[in-house]
Amino acid sequence: MNMNREGRPTGTGSAPLEAINKAALLPSEPLLFEVGNVAHSGVDLPDVSIDDTRLGAFRRKSSLDLPGLSEPENMRHYVRLSRLNYSIDAGLYPLGSCTMKHNPRLNEKMARLPGFADVHPLQPISSVQGAIGVIAELAEWLMVLTNTKAVAMSPKAGAHGELCGMMAIKAAHEAKGEGHRNIVLVPESAHGTNPATAAFLGYKVVGVPAKADGTVDVQAVEAALSPDVAGIMLTNPNTCGLFEPDVKKIADAVHAAGGYFYCDGANFNAIMGVVRPGDLGIDAMHINLHKTFSTPHGGGGPGAGPVVLSKALAPFAPVPFVHAGETGLEFVEHVEGTKSFGRLTAFHGQMGMFTRALTYMLSHGGDGLKQAANDAVLNANYLKAKLEKVFTLPFGDQHCMHEVLANDDFLAGTGVTTLDFSKAMIDEGYHPMTMYFPLVVHGAMLIEPTESESLKALDAFADTMLELATAAKAGDVARFTSAPQNAPLKRLDETGAARKPILKWVREE
Amino acid sequence: MRYLPHSDADRAHMLATVGVNSSDELFDVVPADLRLRKALDLPDHAPEYGVEAHMKALASKNHTGADGPFFIGAGAYRHHVPASVDHLIQRSEWLTAYTPYQPEISQGTLQMLFEFQTQVANLMGMEVANASMYDGSTAAAEAILMARRVTRRKKIIVSGGLHPQYRDVIKTYLSDEEGLVCRPSNAQGTASIIDQVDETTAAILVQTPDFYGHLHDLEALAEAAHAKGALLIVVVTEIVALGLIEAPGACGADIVVAEGQSLGNPLGFGGPYVGLMATRQKFVRQMPGRLCGQTVDADGTRGFVLTLSTREQHIRREKATSNICTNAGLCALAFTIHLSLLGEIGLTKLAKINHANACKLAIALDKVSGVEVLNKTFFNEFTIQLNKNAGQTIQALADRGIMGGLPVSRLEPGRDDLSNLIVLAATELTSEQDIEALTTALTEELS
Amino acid sequence: MTKIAYSQDHEYVRTEASGATIGISDYAQEQLGDIVYVELPSVGTVFKKGDEIAVVESVKAASEIYAPVDCTVTEINAALEANPAEVNADAMGTGWLMKVSVQNEEQLGELMDEAAYATHIA
Repeated sequence: MNMNREGRPTGTGSAPLEAINKAALLPSEPLLFEVGNVAHSGVDLPDVSIDDTRLGAFRRKSSLDLPGLSEPENMRHYVRLSRLNYSIDAGLYPLGSCTMKHNPRLNEKMARLPGFADVHPLQPISSVQGAIGVIAELAEWLMVLTNTKAVAMSPKAGAHGELCGMMAIKAAHEAKGEGHRNIVLVPESAHGTNPATAAFLGYKVVGVPAKADGTVDVQAVEAALSPDVAGIMLTNPNTCGLFEPDVKKIADAVHAAGGYFYCDGANFNAIMGVVRPGDLGIDAMHINLHKTFSTPHGGGGPGAGPVVLSKALAPFAPVPFVHAGETGLEFVEHVEGTKSFGRLTAFHGQMGMFTRALTYMLSHGGDGLKQAANDAVLNANYLKAKLEKVFTLPFGDQHCMHEVLANDDFLAGTGVTTLDFSKAMIDEGYHPMTMYFPLVVHGAMLIEPTESESLKALDAFADTMLELATAAKAGDVARFTSAPQNAPLKRLDETGAARKPILKWVREE
Repeated sequence: MRYLPHSDADRAHMLATVGVNSSDELFDVVPADLRLRKALDLPDHAPEYGVEAHMKALASKNHTGADGPFFIGAGAYRHHVPASVDHLIQRSEWLTAYTPYQPEISQGTLQMLFEFQTQVANLMGMEVANASMYDGSTAAAEAILMARRVTRRKKIIVSGGLHPQYRDVIKTYLSDEEGLVCRPSNAQGTASIIDQVDETTAAILVQTPDFYGHLHDLEALAEAAHAKGALLIVVVTEIVALGLIEAPGACGADIVVAEGQSLGNPLGFGGPYVGLMATRQKFVRQMPGRLCGQTVDADGTRGFVLTLSTREQHIRREKATSNICTNAGLCALAFTIHLSLLGEIGLTKLAKINHANACKLAIALDKVSGVEVLNKTFFNEFTIQLNKNAGQTIQALADRGIMGGLPVSRLEPGRDDLSNLIVLAATELTSEQDIEALTTALTEELS
Repeated sequence: MTKIAYSQDHEYVRTEASGATIGISDYAQEQLGDIVYVELPSVGTVFKKGDEIAVVESVKAASEIYAPVDCTVTEINAALEANPAEVNADAMGTGWLMKVSVQNEEQLGELMDEAAYATHIA
């Protein structure tokens, strides 16, 4: 007797299992403008008449063409779209230089306390003592971690922090009557934001070559120094994943030449509690709260980039800054009467990120932050030890910091590129590492596991990477050049997108 | 240490694999004299409930918008955000994804950004919008730099109606100040800047509704700017206003920037917010920030990618249009979800409620002895002049639990002529009781 | 008669009786990959040898094009705005960038001829 004869089918039928999974779990979703309707709204609001209007002659006559969705339709649309994203919660996210660590949910819960979320930035100071307290407390943690005496809290992201630090350097030179200094030294391995920031402020960018071991050549820096050099922008640990052993010598040389040392703190996660940047002679360093202190990346922001400052630059910090008044905490909000170079944003900075970062710091404590740095570096070195049998690591003869850098030498002659390799990782269920950065290494693969990954996760990742590398060397080129096959979409035509840009949806007539 | 997966046995195994005896050895490359040899002078790790208690104690020292009548605007507005918005943005796939550099596994973020760009462009009546900026103030500064690139001219005329902190950001970004003409902050909303436009002018920048609440005739300004080959930059700090007033693009604006906080994002003591920027198609290559574009995949299926990246710092380095790297992804998502719930119908209704409540507030305040409403036109925010110092009055109201608006002197401390002015906003959350509480308290304070 | 000369930076100048044309070499277009945008100067602009005269962009790179000789722009290839792929398709022909009047004929002699350029890129 066949119980299932008239019942529900129990097999996969004729469709392959993969295809069914794809339809169910990897939906394709039309655009909001295709599912929505301009005659619909998902928010109940009373109709009010505005007969006695004060809008003058400025009332809108044109249509906005903005569709609305009911709440269930809206929920489904954005849930379905979300499923097309990879995320750190769902898998290892080894993007070098991005520090994709776990984002604790206590951070989110604390940021949403009405006492932080439902507070206006321009309320009377007496009514926001707790909010200013968060800023002051976070600033204190950052100063202790870096051994610095001041911190500018308002920069909105790392690049905004670079702007802040370099503006402080410019202001300090001008205050000394040395505004003629018009050169900023930037190592070739730097993030693109470094030269962009220097150029933004009118500085001439002069590159500094790296030594064969991937670190900056102190003699090259000394040779480039002159009375026209305003300072240097150096990332430490650098973008090759290496600690700059001569960093103090470089700082001393730059200072001796009358310049300042801007440190890009993107990689601070490697050295928390182990090295304090203030002890290295830095004058300014931004800290990406969304990297090191686990405020979420959110699909590309918001970030937060507070900048710690040396005693020499502290007077030039942007407004607002916190100071302790007689009746409580206060803001200095205006440049008058100070040496501040100005204001970088309306209000006081990324407060929602401050509450998250402070929550994270309190959770970890000083001991936990140091352990996190130790584990991040251990994880990277463990991967390095596993991968170096097959991958080519240009600076593999030394310990790395929190990220490990490979070049594409191991793929030579295979017909597989770094891009192909990355896309094949997608088919194995991983987000690729950072590719083609830093520029100083051919076909760069920059792998940063962070401290959030367990031993099992690291082993599984290393096994996959080694299996892929072996397959590439064995000549299984099609697996790479046709990848990804298991993602929501195949490779996208970026050339077509750039040649004929379509940047918004247009209703078909 | 709940966020760290390794056991000591794991660590020992890994150290052995690496071939070192301790974690310390991994830092051998750091010169010994640069190593921190003691523990950080910070508290040790703490359980969740301990951290929560600490943060709650700080939060409890703040007066929240829900604690009493609330009338502060001035660039950040207290609106209701539907519950589903906050639920959606906390989904792992939105919250914990990175910038969509690998488009095949980032279509959620990319399609959302394409929807965001379309919504922003439509709302502003412009041809293209970018994938967001840090906030309204930095977007305004970036718009000025963009106008200089487009026109290859230097002179910028900034209206006296611009939010004073936006003006200060612009002054800081244009550190040379060469060619920057900032008109003094002007509460009357009548002074014209048209006569200052000449053949060297790159752009005029005007906020509408302005800091003091006045609405401006953008068409006249656009005409005057275009007659001299200059651009019109329009700044909007209350995006809900565009539900009811004409889109800047329809009035001839060339670049429109805005603070998008009002949709989807809480007050949050000033950030993170979301900057909006839109322009004409022909200027797109001079626009800063990320852009998402439509394309197809290898099978011809529609998909989205980040595009025109050669404008950006990671490729152009010192020749980039801006040093901006991140956008405000999650805040942009909240904006887009909220606006897609509202739709044009909902946004218009919401704008009407805001305007109606502000009208009620203005009528009520006009009746208070010692108060004069300065605006002929406004959307949901306007300026009143008191018969006494505004800062002291606002503090006295705060002591009564009322957030009575912003004393202009907080942002313009050096201006005696502005010291009796308050800028107040009403939103859909403003009740009749709130208005009554304010007028009663003000009557007592001013008598 | 037609003469083609090349710079070290892979620009070419083709001189004919009717005037001179500047473009990038076939080798250069191949190195750059799919070209998505070409930024050209205004007609009438005067350049010194070595000045940046145009930018050729691929998806992931922006490459500056330098003036191989002192020159004044007399015409630009406006068709590239809509169809930058023409540089890939026919760099030496329909993918030309601009026509110029050469200010300093002697500088043409400082450039490489076909054979020398072939060695240069080998």
